[in-house]
Amino acid sequence: MLGYNLVDDEELEILLNDVANKYGYDFTEYSKASIKRRVNRLCALDKFTSFAELRYRITNDENYFGRFVEEITVNVTEMFRDRHFYKTLREQIIPQLGVNSYIKIWLAGCSTGEEAYSLSILLHEANLAHKAIIYATDINPSVLETAKHGVYPIGLMRNYSENYINSGGTTDFSTYYTANYDHVRFIGKLRERMIFATHNLVSDSSFNEFQLILCRNVLIYFDKNLQEKVFKLFDSSLESLGYLALGSKETIKFSELENRYQQIEKEKIWRKVT
Amino acid sequence: MEKSDLKSKIELLVIGGSAGSFNVLLALIPKLKTPINFAIIVVLHRKSGSTTSISEVFNLKTEINVFECEDKDPIIAGNIYFAPADYHLLIENDHTFSLDYSEKMNYSRPSIDVTFKVAADLYGDKMAAILLSGANSDGAEGLLYVNQKNGTTIVQDPVSSEIDTMPKEALKLFKPDFIANVDEIIAAINNF
Ligand SMILES: C[S@@+](CC[C@H](N)C(=O)[O-])C[C@H]1O[C@@H](n2cnc3c(N)ncnc32)[C@H](O)[C@@H]1O
Repeated sequence: MLGYNLVDDEELEILLNDVANKYGYDFTEYSKASIKRRVNRLCALDKFTSFAELRYRITNDENYFGRFVEEITVNVTEMFRDRHFYKTLREQIIPQLGVNSYIKIWLAGCSTGEEAYSLSILLHEANLAHKAIIYATDINPSVLETAKHGVYPIGLMRNYSENYINSGGTTDFSTYYTANYDHVRFIGKLRERMIFATHNLVSDSSFNEFQLILCRNVLIYFDKNLQEKVFKLFDSSLESLGYLALGSKETIKFSELENRYQQIEKEKIWRKVT
Repeated sequence: MEKSDLKSKIELLVIGGSAGSFNVLLALIPKLKTPINFAIIVVLHRKSGSTTSISEVFNLKTEINVFECEDKDPIIAGNIYFAPADYHLLIENDHTFSLDYSEKMNYSRPSIDVTFKVAADLYGDKMAAILLSGANSDGAEGLLYVNQKNGTTIVQDPVSSEIDTMPKEALKLFKPDFIANVDEIIAAINNF
């Protein structure tokens, strides 16, 4: 199970350079510990026996490269993960956004969409959905397909419903989806104000100005240098007095943004004050 | 006693624990001789979303600084770091932490196996690992991996473990350097 690593640090570097040159996806500034683990996991899953074999397959088989991207990026996500965070969004941030005539939100690294639906529920419950728009983006096109459909295994709903209640939700959570055998589909009105698109935080530029940017549990996969670049991208995509929300263990501390942003209580949410 | 002025043999100690380990840590951490010359990482299975922070609990009980890891924090000798709930804890070659929200391993996140392995790849014989009480099999394979990389391994004596599944799973795989009760574990750490 915990086999030795087939791919070592040097080989990993070679592979990531190949991938950047050939496909334009640059993973060279991702945090190595995670990507090394993912690549070695892929080798075990797909039964590669040497680095050379893996390298050949990735550089010569474009379809397989698609699988590579899907497997080395981590797509795990949940609805209403971190109850305090969603409580703060619900009670402080969203009402504050509501004073504007329109609300533009960027959800970067949205994975299969669970966060987008969570946000949409909050906006509906605040009666602000009609003037809001959620741009949900990810590097991985296949997770976006799932996000667009809003179809999830029914077995997850118990946990999501609990998370929803713990974060201050009071509606019957099951009114937000229709159940179908072993799956549920979130209702269409939650999707009305969402736009899904691929966007690579490493190489794509700013495409709009937002009042709220959420990017949670994506930066943990980047090294410090790349994190700093992405912070700049967010800074240039955020209106003044807009909010930047990160994952519960991520921070803008020590970044160039630190002095111009004010943290909201102890949450990983910062307001752009200048 | 003479040992305390020797340079310590290890740079990192990783402690893995699950059900029944919290009390072991409550007994153990206050009894560590300060300052410690290496860093300690604790990977403890626990419920996410609990309101009291684990580092606050332990900071009250020892002079050693106790932290809950944030992404990219540097590992500094003399400190204790707890893996945060609901993330795997990885270590970069430059001795900073990286957090990872990938699939659970052995139904666990953080997984002890994950941190044992990544630490062993980086620290080899400069590390020690301890596996404490618990009700599942997480940590056993990782401890074996530490052993294969020449790290020092300790398993809590199943007899002294509140729940002996986890120690027993490790003992099924290999013979660790020490099988020890809590007092013996404390003595061993103070001797590293
Ligand atoms: C662990 S998931 C986080 C999902 C969600 N934000 C959450 O916190 O639950 C990380 C997501 O980041 C995406 N990602 C990784 N690298 C990216 C990049 N360079 N640009 C955009 N998205 C990226 C992955 O495809 C994945 O969906």
